Amino acid sequence: MAASSYPEAKDQAAAPPGGLYQWIDERLGLSPILALARHKTVPQHRHSFWYYWGGISLFLFLLQMLTGVLLLVYFRPGSQSYESVRQITYDVDFGWLIRSAHSWSANLMVFAVFVHMFSVFFMKAYRKPREFGWWSGLALLGLTMVFGFSGYLLPMDELSYFATKVGLQIPGMIPGVGPMITDIVRGGLDVGEATVQRFFALHVVVLPMLFLPLLLFHLFLVQKHGNAVPPAEAARPAVERRSVPFFPNFFTMDLAMWLIALNVVTILATLYPWGLGAPADPLAPTPIGIHPEWYFMSQFQALKVLGRIIPGLFGEIFGMGLFTAVLIFWAVIPLFDRETTGGRRARLTAWVGYVMLAGALIFTIWGYATV
Amino acid sequence: MPRNMPSIPFEDQSHNRRTLLQLGVGAMGACYAASLGYPVYRYLATPAVRARALGLIKTVSIPTKDLPGPGTATMFLFGSRPSMLIHHRDGRYVAFDAVCSHLGCTVRFEPENNRIFCPCHGGTYDMNTGDVVAGPPPKGLKSYKVEVADGSVVVSRS
Repeated sequence: MAASSYPEAKDQAAAPPGGLYQWIDERLGLSPILALARHKTVPQHRHSFWYYWGGISLFLFLLQMLTGVLLLVYFRPGSQSYESVRQITYDVDFGWLIRSAHSWSANLMVFAVFVHMFSVFFMKAYRKPREFGWWSGLALLGLTMVFGFSGYLLPMDELSYFATKVGLQIPGMIPGVGPMITDIVRGGLDVGEATVQRFFALHVVVLPMLFLPLLLFHLFLVQKHGNAVPPAEAARPAVERRSVPFFPNFFTMDLAMWLIALNVVTILATLYPWGLGAPADPLAPTPIGIHPEWYFMSQFQALKVLGRIIPGLFGEIFGMGLFTAVLIFWAVIPLFDRETTGGRRARLTAWVGYVMLAGALIFTIWGYATV
Repeated sequence: MPRNMPSIPFEDQSHNRRTLLQLGVGAMGACYAASLGYPVYRYLATPAVRARALGLIKTVSIPTKDLPGPGTATMFLFGSRPSMLIHHRDGRYVAFDAVCSHLGCTVRFEPENNRIFCPCHGGTYDMNTGDVVAGPPPKGLKSYKVEVADGSVVVSRS
């Protein structure tokens, strides 16, 4: 069979692109795009592995959209939210799988986005001309966390009810506008059906509407500026630097990473399906050991610790102020660390990164150890 | 290339390997598509599958006290199908599937015109037998067997 198919394969390879491709190309002009893809290259060095994490985040986001739309088919917000999630989980064929894939891929997406952010940080890929990449990325991270927070409430079980109740106290502490914000977001004096209804609108309409254009802008910047190389690599002479074509080399590796991510989501969703607790009951006492999702854990623990050092409302306001200051500093890093050839600010910034990363890890582990 | 390799021309070898790789990747892709597509299909098809299972029921029992009396028709669901139980003035009961055989509209009982009528395209059926009297329907309405027992009208597949 191989011997007889060999001449045909050769003929196909030798034939000029015609037929359907040519018909479409004449109308849409695909050739310049393909030419661009052929000339695009990606730097190759010992830190290249970290380049894949943006793509992995993107893939997990696409998976979120797909599984999210599928959940939308059966989910009913408001008074029916718990019952509809119960039906999805226990009645609808493979509903448990779709819901678990959505939850697992959400968590993995937050993780991938954090890895992506820290790798960009340590490669100093926020420096000129990539400042807007850093800022749009931070905005996407913020939206991702709001996605997580709003999605967590939708099943309206005991745990999601109390997590949201506690979580909404935090914006409530902002002096002046705090109570106004919680009034609007919560839709009442307590978390209830009205809250689920507006979290739903936020989760499936408002956030995607903000996220998608920002994501396109972020991807456009990646295309425009290409991958940044870490300073150590940039310092090497041009002849020693290596790169691979984006298409097909890097693209194939990207797809392989996507496949690995898909497998990880599938394995986790199948072996550890997401459960559903008892329905939320405003009169029930808060369960022992209540804690937020892992990506809010370090802030939660830091607030708890600060509360011990500086008791009372002042401690919490101080904590909020401290977080805000750190966030602002984190955002203006590209304006602070501008020199391209090392120096005091570059070293200081790297240390800030190590402290942030270590702090996040230590407080998260500490938080889980003491719940 | 090591010397002890069989002397197949290089191009032949690479083409064999390429064909094998392409087949492998294609087969793997098909496996992935199937194993992702199947749960999604089953997930989306659940209500239809459940409704079809509901349609497998053999009988429907309606208490006579719930029926309005002779000269009227009562709509009921046989599984998931809209169906019609007609109580004629002479006391007889007949029951039909109430879905027009033309394009699926639900038919209506018109005792004043002695007919079952489909308002969509004017299909007209005999109110005793369900046969087509006029209009575009290709065949009559499916009729059910009706028995009256213990204060209930029992409708079953004939």
